[in-house]
Amino acid sequence: MSTETTKDESFENSHVLDPAATADSQETISKEITSVHEAYRQEVIAGKKAETQPRINFAPYRSSLLRYPTKNLHHVDPETIELCSPAFGQRDVHALESDLTIQHNGEPIGERIVVAGRVLDGDGRPVAGQLVEIWQANAAGRYIHKRDQHPAPIDPNFTGVGRAITGPNGEYSFTTIKPAPYPWKNHHNAWRPAHIHFSLFGTDFTQRMITQMYFPGDPLFSLDPIYQAITDQDARDRLVATYDHSITTHEWATGYNWDIVLTGSNRTWMEDEEGDH
Amino acid sequence: MSQAPKLKLAPTPGQTIGPFYGYALPFEKDNELVNQANPNSVRLHGVITDGKGEVIPDSLLEIWQADENGNVISRDGSLVRDGYTFTGWGRTAVDNVGHYTFTTVNPGATEEGKAPFIMLTVFARGLLNRLFTRIYLPEDTAALAADPLLSSLTEEQRKTLIATREEDGSLRFDIRLQGEHETVFLSYPRES
Repeated sequence: MSTETTKDESFENSHVLDPAATADSQETISKEITSVHEAYRQEVIAGKKAETQPRINFAPYRSSLLRYPTKNLHHVDPETIELCSPAFGQRDVHALESDLTIQHNGEPIGERIVVAGRVLDGDGRPVAGQLVEIWQANAAGRYIHKRDQHPAPIDPNFTGVGRAITGPNGEYSFTTIKPAPYPWKNHHNAWRPAHIHFSLFGTDFTQRMITQMYFPGDPLFSLDPIYQAITDQDARDRLVATYDHSITTHEWATGYNWDIVLTGSNRTWMEDEEGDH
Repeated sequence: MSQAPKLKLAPTPGQTIGPFYGYALPFEKDNELVNQANPNSVRLHGVITDGKGEVIPDSLLEIWQADENGNVISRDGSLVRDGYTFTGWGRTAVDNVGHYTFTTVNPGATEEGKAPFIMLTVFARGLLNRLFTRIYLPEDTAALAADPLLSSLTEEQRKTLIATREEDGSLRFDIRLQGEHETVFLSYPRES
Protein backbone atom coordinates (compact mmCIF):
# COMPACT_ATOMS: atom_id res chain seq x y z
CA MET A 1 0.00 0.00 0.00
CA SER A 2 1.44 3.38 -0.93
CA THR A 3 1.91 6.13 1.63
CA GLU A 4 -0.56 8.26 -0.23
CA THR A 5 -3.28 5.63 0.05
CA THR A 6 -2.70 5.22 3.78
CA LYS A 7 -2.87 8.95 4.33
CA ASP A 8 -6.03 9.20 2.34
CA GLU A 9 -7.76 6.47 4.28
CA SER A 10 -6.80 7.88 7.65
CA PHE A 11 -8.13 11.25 6.51
CA GLU A 12 -11.47 9.67 5.72
CA ASN A 13 -11.63 7.65 8.92
CA SER A 14 -10.68 10.48 11.23
CA HIS A 15 -13.62 12.57 10.13
CA VAL A 16 -16.33 10.12 9.44
CA LEU A 17 -16.06 6.59 10.49
CA ASP A 18 -15.34 5.03 13.82
CA PRO A 19 -12.50 2.65 12.78
CA ALA A 20 -14.23 -0.04 14.85
CA ALA A 21 -17.30 0.23 12.66
CA THR A 22 -15.62 -1.61 9.81
CA ALA A 23 -15.37 -4.62 12.12
CA ASP A 24 -19.15 -5.06 12.19
CA SER A 25 -20.41 -8.02 10.21
CA GLN A 26 -23.12 -7.92 7.57
CA GLU A 27 -25.22 -10.00 9.97
CA THR A 28 -25.01 -7.27 12.63
CA ILE A 29 -25.97 -4.57 10.11
CA SER A 30 -28.80 -6.66 8.66
CA LYS A 31 -30.20 -7.32 12.14
CA GLU A 32 -30.26 -3.60 12.88
CA ILE A 33 -32.01 -2.91 9.56
CA THR A 34 -34.62 -5.58 10.25
CA SER A 35 -35.30 -4.20 13.68
CA VAL A 36 -35.95 -0.64 12.39
CA HIS A 37 -38.14 -1.98 9.58
CA GLU A 38 -40.14 -4.18 11.96
CA ALA A 39 -40.81 -1.21 14.26
CA TYR A 40 -41.96 0.80 11.22
CA ARG A 41 -44.33 -1.99 10.11
CA GLN A 42 -45.93 -1.98 13.56
CA GLU A 43 -46.42 1.81 13.34
CA VAL A 44 -48.09 1.47 9.94
CA ILE A 45 -50.39 -1.25 11.30
CA ALA A 46 -51.25 1.15 14.13
CA GLY A 47 -52.31 3.72 11.50
CA LYS A 48 -49.20 5.80 10.84
CA LYS A 49 -48.93 7.36 7.37
CA ALA A 50 -46.51 5.57 5.03
CA GLU A 51 -43.03 7.10 4.89
CA THR A 52 -41.79 8.31 1.50
CA GLN A 53 -38.26 9.46 2.38
CA PRO A 54 -35.24 7.80 4.01
CA ARG A 55 -34.75 8.13 7.75
CA ILE A 56 -31.92 10.61 8.27
CA ASN A 57 -31.30 8.94 11.63
CA PHE A 58 -30.43 5.42 10.48
CA ALA A 59 -27.71 3.78 12.58
CA PRO A 60 -26.88 0.87 10.22
CA TYR A 61 -25.40 3.56 7.91
CA ARG A 62 -22.53 4.34 10.29
CA SER A 63 -21.49 7.62 8.65
CA SER A 64 -24.90 9.04 9.50
CA LEU A 65 -24.45 8.78 13.29
CA LEU A 66 -22.96 12.24 13.84
CA ARG A 67 -24.44 13.88 10.77
CA TYR A 68 -28.20 13.94 11.26
CA PRO A 69 -30.05 16.73 13.08
CA THR A 70 -31.46 15.40 16.35
CA LYS A 71 -34.21 18.06 16.50
CA ASN A 72 -37.32 17.73 14.36
CA LEU A 73 -37.29 19.71 11.15
CA HIS A 74 -39.07 23.01 11.78
CA HIS A 75 -42.15 23.37 9.60
CA VAL A 76 -42.33 26.69 7.79
CA ASP A 77 -44.51 28.24 5.09
CA PRO A 78 -42.35 29.08 2.09
CA GLU A 79 -41.70 32.71 1.13
CA THR A 80 -41.05 34.27 -2.27
CA ILE A 81 -37.52 32.99 -2.93
CA GLU A 82 -38.44 29.49 -1.76
CA LEU A 83 -41.31 29.36 -4.26
CA CYS A 84 -38.95 29.84 -7.22
CA SER A 85 -35.97 28.01 -8.67
CA PRO A 86 -32.84 29.00 -10.55
CA ALA A 87 -33.13 28.86 -14.34
CA PHE A 88 -30.87 26.68 -16.49
CA GLY A 89 -30.74 26.47 -20.26
CA GLN A 90 -28.70 25.78 -23.35
CA ARG A 91 -26.10 28.28 -22.17
CA ASP A 92 -25.46 25.99 -19.20
CA VAL A 93 -25.62 22.51 -20.70
CA HIS A 94 -24.59 21.26 -24.13
CA ALA A 95 -26.84 18.61 -25.70
CA LEU A 96 -23.91 16.18 -25.96
CA GLU A 97 -23.39 16.19 -22.19
CA SER A 98 -26.17 13.60 -21.84
CA ASP A 99 -24.04 11.00 -23.62
CA LEU A 100 -21.43 9.67 -21.18
CA THR A 101 -19.95 7.34 -23.80
CA ILE A 102 -18.52 10.03 -26.12
CA GLN A 103 -16.48 12.14 -23.71
CA HIS A 104 -13.09 10.63 -24.60
CA ASN A 105 -11.22 9.37 -27.64
CA GLY A 106 -12.34 5.76 -27.33
CA GLU A 107 -15.45 3.79 -26.39
CA PRO A 108 -15.82 3.01 -22.70
CA ILE A 109 -15.89 -0.67 -21.74
CA GLY A 110 -19.11 -2.20 -20.46
CA GLU A 111 -22.77 -2.68 -21.17
CA ARG A 112 -24.07 0.39 -23.07
CA ILE A 113 -27.46 1.51 -21.71
CA VAL A 114 -29.95 4.32 -22.15
CA VAL A 115 -31.70 5.62 -19.02
CA ALA A 116 -34.72 7.73 -19.92
CA GLY A 117 -37.76 9.04 -18.11
CA ARG A 118 -39.56 12.14 -16.93
CA VAL A 119 -39.22 14.56 -14.03
CA LEU A 120 -42.64 15.31 -12.55
CA ASP A 121 -43.86 17.22 -9.52
CA GLY A 122 -46.11 15.83 -6.81
CA ASP A 123 -49.16 16.90 -8.82
CA GLY A 124 -48.00 14.90 -11.84
CA ARG A 125 -47.05 18.01 -13.81
CA PRO A 126 -43.89 17.80 -15.93
CA VAL A 127 -40.88 19.77 -14.74
CA ALA A 128 -39.72 21.31 -18.02
CA GLY A 129 -36.43 23.02 -18.83
CA GLN A 130 -34.73 22.05 -15.58
CA LEU A 131 -31.27 20.70 -14.82
CA VAL A 132 -30.59 16.99 -14.26
CA GLU A 133 -27.06 15.95 -13.27
CA ILE A 134 -25.80 12.37 -12.93
CA TRP A 135 -22.63 10.62 -11.82
CA GLN A 136 -21.69 6.98 -11.43
CA ALA A 137 -19.02 4.30 -11.18
CA ASN A 138 -17.72 2.57 -14.32
CA ALA A 139 -18.40 -1.00 -15.46
CA ALA A 140 -15.84 -2.28 -12.92
CA GLY A 141 -17.33 -0.38 -9.97
CA ARG A 142 -14.69 2.35 -9.90
CA TYR A 143 -15.26 6.11 -9.65
CA ILE A 144 -12.90 8.74 -11.00
CA HIS A 145 -12.15 10.21 -7.58
CA LYS A 146 -8.96 10.49 -5.56
CA ARG A 147 -10.63 8.89 -2.57
CA ASP A 148 -12.01 5.86 -4.38
CA GLN A 149 -9.38 3.27 -3.43
CA HIS A 150 -11.24 0.23 -4.73
CA PRO A 151 -8.62 -1.79 -6.69
CA ALA A 152 -10.77 -2.06 -9.82
CA PRO A 153 -9.60 -0.61 -13.14
CA ILE A 154 -10.19 3.00 -14.11
CA ASP A 155 -11.57 3.25 -17.67
CA PRO A 156 -9.65 6.01 -19.48
CA ASN A 157 -12.69 6.48 -21.72
CA PHE A 158 -15.25 6.93 -18.97
CA THR A 159 -15.57 9.76 -16.44
CA GLY A 160 -19.11 8.85 -15.40
CA VAL A 161 -20.57 12.37 -15.34
CA GLY A 162 -23.52 13.72 -17.36
CA ARG A 163 -25.98 16.61 -17.52
CA ALA A 164 -29.23 17.32 -19.32
CA ILE A 165 -31.99 19.91 -19.45
CA THR A 166 -35.48 18.37 -19.31
CA GLY A 167 -37.73 18.71 -22.34
CA PRO A 168 -41.23 20.30 -22.46
CA ASN A 169 -42.79 17.14 -20.98
CA GLY A 170 -40.13 16.80 -18.30
CA GLU A 171 -38.31 14.15 -20.30
CA TYR A 172 -34.61 13.33 -20.05
CA SER A 173 -32.39 10.65 -21.60
CA PHE A 174 -28.82 9.62 -20.80
CA THR A 175 -26.63 7.21 -22.77
CA THR A 176 -24.10 5.57 -20.48
CA ILE A 177 -22.46 2.33 -19.31
CA LYS A 178 -24.10 0.13 -16.70
CA PRO A 179 -22.25 0.73 -13.42
CA ALA A 180 -21.07 -2.19 -11.27
CA PRO A 181 -21.48 -2.67 -7.52
CA TYR A 182 -18.50 -1.65 -5.39
CA PRO A 183 -17.19 -2.27 -1.88
CA TRP A 184 -17.22 0.39 0.85
CA LYS A 185 -16.19 0.62 4.46
CA ASN A 186 -19.46 0.79 6.39
CA HIS A 187 -18.88 -2.72 7.74
CA HIS A 188 -16.91 -5.84 6.86
CA ASN A 189 -17.60 -7.02 3.29
CA ALA A 190 -20.01 -4.15 2.58
CA TRP A 191 -21.05 -3.71 -1.09
CA ARG A 192 -23.24 -1.03 -2.64
CA PRO A 193 -25.86 -2.14 -5.18
CA ALA A 194 -25.12 -0.72 -8.66
CA HIS A 195 -26.55 2.79 -8.89
CA ILE A 196 -26.50 6.12 -10.71
CA HIS A 197 -26.59 9.32 -8.65
CA PHE A 198 -29.20 11.87 -9.80
CA SER A 199 -29.37 15.56 -8.85
CA LEU A 200 -32.67 17.33 -9.59
CA PHE A 201 -34.28 20.76 -9.49
CA GLY A 202 -37.99 21.59 -9.54
CA THR A 203 -39.99 24.76 -10.04
CA ASP A 204 -39.65 25.62 -6.33
CA PHE A 205 -36.21 25.41 -4.69
CA THR A 206 -37.85 23.43 -1.86
CA GLN A 207 -38.14 20.55 -4.38
CA ARG A 208 -34.36 20.31 -4.75
CA MET A 209 -33.20 16.72 -4.31
CA ILE A 210 -30.31 14.30 -4.79
CA THR A 211 -30.98 10.58 -4.98
CA GLN A 212 -29.74 7.29 -6.45
CA MET A 213 -31.32 5.16 -9.17
CA TYR A 214 -30.91 1.39 -8.88
CA PHE A 215 -31.28 -1.50 -11.33
CA PRO A 216 -34.03 -4.13 -11.10
CA GLY A 217 -33.36 -7.36 -9.21
CA ASP A 218 -30.07 -6.34 -7.59
CA PRO A 219 -29.16 -9.06 -5.05
CA LEU A 220 -27.47 -6.45 -2.80
CA PHE A 221 -30.66 -4.48 -2.04
CA SER A 222 -31.49 -6.23 1.23
CA LEU A 223 -27.93 -5.84 2.52
CA ASP A 224 -27.44 -2.13 1.82
CA PRO A 225 -27.98 0.30 4.70
CA ILE A 226 -28.26 3.33 2.40
CA TYR A 227 -31.07 1.84 0.31
CA GLN A 228 -32.70 0.29 3.37
CA ALA A 229 -32.70 3.65 5.21
CA ILE A 230 -35.99 3.99 3.33
CA THR A 231 -38.20 1.94 5.63
CA ASP A 232 -41.16 1.55 3.28
CA GLN A 233 -41.01 -1.09 0.51
CA ASP A 234 -43.20 0.92 -1.91
CA ALA A 235 -40.93 3.93 -1.40
CA ARG A 236 -37.79 1.82 -1.94
CA ASP A 237 -39.28 0.45 -5.18
CA ARG A 238 -39.54 4.02 -6.49
CA LEU A 239 -35.74 4.17 -6.76
CA VAL A 240 -35.55 1.11 -9.02
CA ALA A 241 -35.62 1.64 -12.79
CA THR A 242 -37.65 -0.67 -15.04
CA TYR A 243 -36.16 -2.52 -18.00
CA ASP A 244 -38.01 -1.05 -21.02
CA HIS A 245 -37.67 -2.73 -24.40
CA SER A 246 -39.17 0.30 -26.13
CA ILE A 247 -36.10 2.28 -24.98
CA THR A 248 -33.73 -0.51 -26.03
CA THR A 249 -32.32 0.13 -29.50
CA HIS A 250 -31.49 -2.48 -32.16
CA GLU A 251 -27.87 -3.64 -31.94
CA TRP A 252 -26.89 -0.61 -29.83
CA ALA A 253 -28.04 -0.27 -26.20
CA THR A 254 -30.46 -1.74 -23.66
CA GLY A 255 -32.98 0.67 -22.17
CA TYR A 256 -34.24 1.53 -18.69
CA ASN A 257 -37.10 3.80 -17.71
CA TRP A 258 -37.09 5.80 -14.50
CA ASP A 259 -39.52 8.60 -13.70
CA ILE A 260 -38.72 10.94 -10.83
CA VAL A 261 -41.41 12.63 -8.75
CA LEU A 262 -40.41 15.72 -6.80
CA THR A 263 -42.36 17.03 -3.81
CA GLY A 264 -45.37 19.27 -4.41
CA SER A 265 -44.95 22.82 -5.68
CA ASN A 266 -46.32 25.41 -3.26
CA ARG A 267 -46.39 28.31 -5.68
CA THR A 268 -49.69 27.64 -7.45
CA TRP A 269 -51.92 26.96 -4.48
CA MET A 270 -50.42 29.77 -2.38
CA GLU A 271 -50.91 32.27 -5.22
CA ASP A 272 -54.48 31.05 -5.73
CA GLU A 273 -55.11 31.57 -2.05
CA GLU A 274 -53.74 35.12 -2.16
CA GLY A 275 -56.10 35.79 -5.05
CA ASP A 276 -59.04 34.74 -2.88
CA HIS A 277 -58.60 37.58 -0.39
CA MET B 1 -53.24 29.73 5.88
CA SER B 2 -55.47 26.97 4.65
CA GLN B 3 -54.44 23.36 4.22
CA ALA B 4 -52.05 22.60 1.35
CA PRO B 5 -53.64 20.34 -1.27
CA LYS B 6 -52.73 16.65 -1.11
CA LEU B 7 -50.12 15.28 -3.53
CA LYS B 8 -51.35 13.20 -6.46
CA LEU B 9 -48.12 11.22 -6.76
CA ALA B 10 -45.83 9.88 -4.04
CA PRO B 11 -42.45 11.66 -4.20
CA THR B 12 -39.30 9.73 -5.07
CA PRO B 13 -37.10 9.21 -1.99
CA GLY B 14 -33.82 11.12 -1.64
CA GLN B 15 -30.50 9.40 -0.95
CA THR B 16 -27.14 10.60 0.29
CA ILE B 17 -24.89 12.51 -2.12
CA GLY B 18 -22.12 10.03 -1.18
CA PRO B 19 -18.41 10.83 -1.41
CA PHE B 20 -17.79 10.71 -5.16
CA TYR B 21 -19.51 13.76 -6.68
CA GLY B 22 -16.22 15.58 -7.24
CA TYR B 23 -16.14 15.43 -11.04
CA ALA B 24 -19.90 15.88 -11.42
CA LEU B 25 -21.20 18.75 -9.32
CA PRO B 26 -18.46 21.36 -8.74
CA PHE B 27 -17.79 23.65 -11.72
CA GLU B 28 -15.70 26.71 -12.48
CA LYS B 29 -16.75 29.79 -10.44
CA ASP B 30 -19.54 27.72 -8.86
CA ASN B 31 -19.38 29.76 -5.64
CA GLU B 32 -19.01 33.16 -7.34
CA LEU B 33 -22.53 34.56 -7.75
CA VAL B 34 -20.77 37.85 -8.47
CA ASN B 35 -17.17 38.63 -9.30
CA GLN B 36 -14.99 39.45 -6.28
CA ALA B 37 -14.11 42.73 -8.01
CA ASN B 38 -17.76 43.82 -7.87
CA PRO B 39 -17.82 46.71 -5.35
CA ASN B 40 -21.00 45.30 -3.79
CA SER B 41 -19.64 41.77 -3.44
CA VAL B 42 -19.96 40.16 -0.03
CA ARG B 43 -18.21 37.08 1.27
CA LEU B 44 -20.56 34.55 2.87
CA HIS B 45 -18.56 31.93 4.73
CA GLY B 46 -18.42 29.55 7.66
CA VAL B 47 -17.69 26.01 8.74
CA ILE B 48 -19.87 22.92 8.84
CA THR B 49 -19.50 20.54 11.77
CA ASP B 50 -20.93 17.25 13.02
CA GLY B 51 -22.21 16.08 16.41
CA LYS B 52 -18.67 15.90 17.84
CA GLY B 53 -17.76 19.35 16.55
CA GLU B 54 -15.55 17.80 13.84
CA VAL B 55 -15.62 19.51 10.46
CA ILE B 56 -17.38 17.83 7.52
CA PRO B 57 -15.03 18.28 4.56
CA ASP B 58 -17.08 16.15 2.17
CA SER B 59 -20.23 18.22 2.13
CA LEU B 60 -21.67 20.29 -0.69
CA LEU B 61 -23.69 23.47 -0.17
CA GLU B 62 -25.99 25.45 -2.42
CA ILE B 63 -27.46 28.92 -1.95
CA TRP B 64 -30.40 30.53 -3.72
CA GLN B 65 -31.30 34.16 -3.15
CA ALA B 66 -32.82 37.38 -4.47
CA ASP B 67 -30.66 40.21 -5.81
CA GLU B 68 -29.81 43.37 -3.86
CA ASN B 69 -33.20 44.89 -4.68
CA GLY B 70 -35.16 41.85 -3.58
CA ASN B 71 -35.91 40.67 -7.11
CA VAL B 72 -36.05 36.95 -7.71
CA ILE B 73 -33.93 36.29 -10.78
CA SER B 74 -34.80 33.86 -13.55
CA ARG B 75 -31.76 33.93 -15.83
CA ASP B 76 -29.68 31.03 -17.09
CA GLY B 77 -25.91 31.05 -17.00
CA SER B 78 -25.22 29.69 -13.52
CA LEU B 79 -23.11 26.77 -14.80
CA VAL B 80 -21.20 28.84 -17.37
CA ARG B 81 -20.74 32.16 -15.62
CA ASP B 82 -19.98 35.20 -17.77
CA GLY B 83 -18.96 37.31 -14.77
CA TYR B 84 -21.75 39.85 -15.36
CA THR B 85 -25.06 38.00 -15.03
CA PHE B 86 -26.39 37.53 -11.51
CA THR B 87 -28.38 34.28 -11.42
CA GLY B 88 -29.02 34.06 -7.67
CA TRP B 89 -27.77 30.48 -7.35
CA GLY B 90 -24.41 29.06 -6.34
CA ARG B 91 -22.80 25.83 -5.22
CA THR B 92 -19.61 24.96 -3.37
CA ALA B 93 -17.83 21.86 -2.18
CA VAL B 94 -16.61 22.48 1.38
CA ASP B 95 -12.81 22.51 1.68
CA ASN B 96 -10.52 20.08 3.56
CA VAL B 97 -10.95 21.96 6.83
CA GLY B 98 -14.74 22.14 6.59
CA HIS B 99 -14.83 25.76 5.49
CA TYR B 100 -16.95 27.21 2.70
CA THR B 101 -17.07 30.57 0.90
CA PHE B 102 -19.55 32.14 -1.49
CA THR B 103 -19.02 35.51 -3.18
CA THR B 104 -22.44 37.12 -3.48
CA VAL B 105 -24.44 40.25 -2.69
CA ASN B 106 -26.68 41.05 0.26
CA PRO B 107 -30.17 40.01 -0.82
CA GLY B 108 -32.86 42.68 -0.56
CA ALA B 109 -36.25 42.03 1.05
CA THR B 110 -38.53 40.27 -1.45
CA GLU B 111 -41.52 42.09 0.04
CA GLU B 112 -41.53 45.33 2.00
CA GLY B 113 -40.88 44.79 5.69
CA LYS B 114 -39.78 41.17 5.24
CA ALA B 115 -36.46 40.05 6.69
CA PRO B 116 -34.03 39.25 3.85
CA PHE B 117 -32.56 35.76 3.85
CA ILE B 118 -30.54 33.40 1.66
CA MET B 119 -31.85 29.87 1.21
CA LEU B 120 -29.26 27.17 1.97
CA THR B 121 -29.27 23.48 1.04
CA VAL B 122 -26.87 21.03 2.67
CA PHE B 123 -25.72 17.73 1.16
CA ALA B 124 -23.08 15.44 2.70
CA ARG B 125 -21.87 11.91 2.78
CA GLY B 126 -23.53 10.36 5.83
CA LEU B 127 -26.53 12.65 5.41
CA LEU B 128 -29.30 10.52 3.92
CA ASN B 129 -31.39 13.40 2.56
CA ARG B 130 -30.81 17.07 1.83
CA LEU B 131 -31.43 19.69 4.50
CA PHE B 132 -32.86 23.17 3.98
CA THR B 133 -32.35 26.24 6.11
CA ARG B 134 -32.33 30.04 5.92
CA ILE B 135 -29.43 32.46 6.42
CA TYR B 136 -30.94 35.74 7.66
CA LEU B 137 -29.05 39.02 7.35
CA PRO B 138 -28.51 40.55 10.81
CA GLU B 139 -29.23 44.25 10.12
CA ASP B 140 -32.98 44.78 9.92
CA THR B 141 -33.83 44.00 13.53
CA ALA B 142 -37.45 45.16 13.21
CA ALA B 143 -38.04 42.82 10.29
CA LEU B 144 -36.25 39.99 12.10
CA ALA B 145 -38.47 40.55 15.16
CA ALA B 146 -41.58 40.34 12.96
CA ASP B 147 -40.44 37.26 11.01
CA PRO B 148 -42.92 34.37 11.44
CA LEU B 149 -40.24 31.65 11.43
CA LEU B 150 -37.83 33.39 13.80
CA SER B 151 -40.69 34.34 16.14
CA SER B 152 -41.63 30.68 16.49
CA LEU B 153 -38.15 29.69 17.74
CA THR B 154 -36.40 29.85 21.10
CA GLU B 155 -33.66 32.45 21.44
CA GLU B 156 -30.98 29.79 21.09
CA GLN B 157 -32.56 28.31 17.95
CA ARG B 158 -33.10 31.76 16.47
CA LYS B 159 -29.40 32.58 16.77
CA THR B 160 -28.50 29.61 14.57
CA LEU B 161 -30.28 31.21 11.59
CA ILE B 162 -28.95 34.77 11.74
CA ALA B 163 -25.57 35.42 10.13
CA THR B 164 -22.94 37.57 11.85
CA ARG B 165 -21.62 40.64 10.03
CA GLU B 166 -17.84 40.75 10.30
CA GLU B 167 -15.73 43.90 10.34
CA ASP B 168 -14.81 43.61 6.67
CA GLY B 169 -18.48 43.27 5.69
CA SER B 170 -18.41 39.47 5.33
CA LEU B 171 -21.31 37.35 6.50
CA ARG B 172 -20.36 34.49 8.80
CA PHE B 173 -22.74 31.53 9.03
CA ASP B 174 -21.67 28.26 10.64
CA ILE B 175 -23.67 25.09 10.11
CA ARG B 176 -23.97 22.53 12.90
CA LEU B 177 -25.68 19.34 11.80
CA GLN B 178 -25.96 17.92 15.30
CA GLY B 179 -25.34 18.69 18.97
CA GLU B 180 -24.87 21.94 20.82
CA HIS B 181 -26.25 24.95 18.90
CA GLU B 182 -27.62 22.57 16.27
CA THR B 183 -28.78 24.60 13.26
CA VAL B 184 -32.55 24.75 12.79
CA PHE B 185 -33.42 22.90 9.58
CA LEU B 186 -36.72 23.34 7.78
CA SER B 187 -39.53 21.34 6.24
CA TYR B 188 -42.14 22.76 3.88
CA PRO B 189 -45.76 21.91 2.99
CA ARG B 190 -46.38 19.15 0.44
CA GLU B 191 -43.26 17.09 1.08
CA SER B 192 -45.32 13.88 1.31
